[in-house]
Amino acid sequence: MLIRPKAGILDPQGQAVERALPALGFEGVANVHVGRLIELDVEDASQVPQMCERLLANPLIEEYEVVELEDAA
Amino acid sequence: MKFGVVRFPGSCDEVDALMACRRFADADLLWHGDRDLSGVDAVVVPGGFSYGDYLRVGAIARFSPLMESVIEFARAGGPVLGICNGFQVLCEAGLLPGALLPNDSLRFVCRQVEVIVENPGTPFTRGCEAGDTLSIPVKHTTGCYYAPPGALPDEQVVLRYAPGHNPNGSMDDVAGVCNVGGNVMGLMPHPEHAVDPLTGSADGGRLFESLAMVPA
Repeated sequence: MLIRPKAGILDPQGQAVERALPALGFEGVANVHVGRLIELDVEDASQVPQMCERLLANPLIEEYEVVELEDAA
Repeated sequence: MKFGVVRFPGSCDEVDALMACRRFADADLLWHGDRDLSGVDAVVVPGGFSYGDYLRVGAIARFSPLMESVIEFARAGGPVLGICNGFQVLCEAGLLPGALLPNDSLRFVCRQVEVIVENPGTPFTRGCEAGDTLSIPVKHTTGCYYAPPGALPDEQVVLRYAPGHNPNGSMDDVAGVCNVGGNVMGLMPHPEHAVDPLTGSADGGRLFESLAMVPA
């Protein structure tokens, strides 16, 4: 699961990274957002959206994306 | 009148909250693994780092056995006060609107702030008048209040940071909110650390005192 701040939600981590990159000489960087990655093995992948809605993400402030990998181990 | 103060693994302000409650009424600690609220008349969810604040602040504490009972208690109209981490837990539990985001400064803030009573009509503020200013400390990293448009009607704003005192970038200077029924309140400042003039202010005591008053 990729979990990131919803569009328009204050993301001070993203802003701090966005300011730091040009200081290292990386130009042309915009719209930096910092989220988190949760990896898990699950027998029934249809449960994953519910897991995100109820615990792994806070739908008020975060959006999530489920990425299914074969043989993630 | 008896307060119950929740203790989670990782709570750290529960003893101050307990002592603050005991200035005005009986109070006991409630263990997170129990389901029994021991017949208390009001619940305080204190500050700290419940369950390590893993995943998101308050996200895991919200599913503890005791919180299931606190949620039932709140839905039945029982008064519940969430302070700092307790505020975050109550938001995660869906008892209060909105969520707490990292401070806009990305820094831990620890300082005395002034908050203004916006709504004196709650069980937590009935000993105050609208416009009263309270001096109470804040200490947090994740205290920037946010509610989606339309989710926080004005009457649910109980406390606002005084001009120039917003320590964390909270939307509209919101420092404390209540639910629609007014029986659940959360705030980022720590009233339990401001109950004795010896530590600079006793203004926080007014919230506990209000809660301990018999309703008129």
